[in-house]
Amino acid sequence: MSMFTKSLLAAAGIAMFASSAMAAEEKIVYVYNWSDYIDDEILTEFTNETGIKVVYDVFDSNDVLETKLLAGGSGYDVVVPSGTFLGRQIEAGVFQKLDRAKLSNWGNLWDTILDRVNVYDPGNKYAVNYMWGTTGIGYNVNMVSERMSDAPVNSWDMVLNPAIASKFADCGIYMLDAGDEMIPAALKYIGENPDSKDPAVIAKAEAVLMAVRPYVRKFHSSEYIDALANGDICVAVGWSGDVLQARDRAAEAENGVEINYVAPEEGALMWLDMMAIPADAPHPDNAHTFINYIMRAEVMAKASNYVYYANGNKASEKFLAEDVIGDPAIYPTPAALKTLYLTTPYDAESQRVLTRIWTRVKSGQ
Amino acid sequence: MMPEEINARTDTGRHNNGGISRMVRECRPYIWGAKLCRAYGLQGRSITVAIPYLWMLLLFMAPFLIVLKVSFSEIRIAIPPYAPLFQFIDNSYIQITLQLKNYAMLFKDALYVNSYLSSLKIASISTIITLAVGYPIAYAMARAPREWRLTLLMLVILPFWTSFLIRVYAWIAILKPEGFLNIVLIWAGIIDKPLIILHTDWAVYIGIVYSYLPFMILPLYANLEKMDFSLLEAASDLGCPPGKTFWKITFPLSMPGIIAGCFLVFIPAVGEFVIPDLLGGSSTLMIGKTLWTEFFNNRDWPLSSAVAVVLLLMLVVPIVWFQRFQARRGAVDVV
Repeated sequence: MSMFTKSLLAAAGIAMFASSAMAAEEKIVYVYNWSDYIDDEILTEFTNETGIKVVYDVFDSNDVLETKLLAGGSGYDVVVPSGTFLGRQIEAGVFQKLDRAKLSNWGNLWDTILDRVNVYDPGNKYAVNYMWGTTGIGYNVNMVSERMSDAPVNSWDMVLNPAIASKFADCGIYMLDAGDEMIPAALKYIGENPDSKDPAVIAKAEAVLMAVRPYVRKFHSSEYIDALANGDICVAVGWSGDVLQARDRAAEAENGVEINYVAPEEGALMWLDMMAIPADAPHPDNAHTFINYIMRAEVMAKASNYVYYANGNKASEKFLAEDVIGDPAIYPTPAALKTLYLTTPYDAESQRVLTRIWTRVKSGQ
Repeated sequence: MMPEEINARTDTGRHNNGGISRMVRECRPYIWGAKLCRAYGLQGRSITVAIPYLWMLLLFMAPFLIVLKVSFSEIRIAIPPYAPLFQFIDNSYIQITLQLKNYAMLFKDALYVNSYLSSLKIASISTIITLAVGYPIAYAMARAPREWRLTLLMLVILPFWTSFLIRVYAWIAILKPEGFLNIVLIWAGIIDKPLIILHTDWAVYIGIVYSYLPFMILPLYANLEKMDFSLLEAASDLGCPPGKTFWKITFPLSMPGIIAGCFLVFIPAVGEFVIPDLLGGSSTLMIGKTLWTEFFNNRDWPLSSAVAVVLLLMLVVPIVWFQRFQARRGAVDVV
């Protein structure tokens, strides 16, 4: 279902439930999550079991979510920002603390992921991991090997080394339009600290990205899914689950396109999408019920089996499909997991430097 | 004045009397309202003047003052993400902090000035193209047989029945490399390789001209329709060739329509965000997009407010000039 149809449905949903919400305020929960990020059956089953209607709305960028949260009075009960954004939003006082007494499934959570989340949410007081993944490289196996039989497919060289990236310029390279992911990747590639907040260090990424800019066809954060699946492009920097979606779409279409995903061996960004409850949520009890429901092992596994992302729920592993838990592109090996890095929130000054560099990279000015 | 009196009076005019009596019937509540106001000492004129001023105050001045206030503030991590301007100290005095560095920033980095200039350029070129396309259409409509005009007018307005966003999305499908336009051109043998139009400035021009064309046609049509075409006959009788007649008579007489149309296109086009975002490429620089980046990516509400305030000031100059022009023309008309 397209995002547009979903938004329409969500709008219709709000209209339909508005009247019932007034009659019995408790029986509704407003959820704001990423687009294409849940199996709709989960929502239906939740409503059947608890009697709580779910009004489900979607966004496609952390920036849009954050602006709504910082303006206040968003009206949502559950939102799903990524870790770095969560960290800053906690500082801004956007969220309320979770009531662990209402989250009976807390024991299902995976300690490794809880540890990593500590960076953003010390003590895991405000948020529960929904899913996590990596930012890496998706490529068309045949198109790449035709142009370069010994292509370094496990390395950032594919897109950040001008000598190699230029070989794929004719068949098309896409990059995420996300400076806060591409600049850390470029820093990691040249051996700098990817999480550096020092403007002088961040500036070093500019030369790396500028050198490969001529070979990048487009900077976009979602079009690469279709472009990869249709065989329109051969390499894309993208999010793990999205690339795997492209892989499956191509396989279903039987169009001879074979897509593969790697989190480059130099180290890739690990991102975590976190469920949290805004401080001014109108239905905080329902929000807890919803989050606790998602934390059930079977439910979480169902969600992961549908969207092909790893989750932070250890107990869900035995319910995961073999092509999810057994795929190192989704669940990296423990050794690979160690190479994944996290980034922390940027302050206003370093954010400005980063955005400015990114604008220059994209526009050439 | 009693409604019957109005009715009787207009009847003497013999034109449209059914229409006017219906209008009077429908206006009866308003006439009662006017009576009520008069009873409380409010003059009809002051009310008519007050309504547009109230409108301006509520929908323009109030939001503008909020934006102006934010533009003098400082960014911080909180809800809302900027520092308050006024602070009460000891309950006895107010401390006002005006942060001017947001405005200084606009001139420190060439990005902002370049964005403004590029927006002005794109809006100017689009306005000229819109005028060139819209004028012949409006002229043809004004010269069309009277019974066709309403239908033609409907055809111009018809696109508004579809959401603006969907119409812009439709252009993506038309302009993309494997899109409708390229398929037709390749099929016709005019080109053999798809034209790359989408995500270039060309696509932005096409999008703006398409979207704003009705705003050019409508004021032009309103103006041209009222023109006295016997003047053209007179010119032709006196031996003036048609081309010269157009430039000597029609064009100068339609100047008010041209200016109104150009303003209606130019002003919104300068601040356009949706069209450059969807159709433009990553190198398309427009102030609407720069403002979006400041607001959403940098979360810098104060700086983005400063960008908006400067944009408004840039547009106020031509608007005031236009007002003056209108006022002068009004005076001439009365004379």
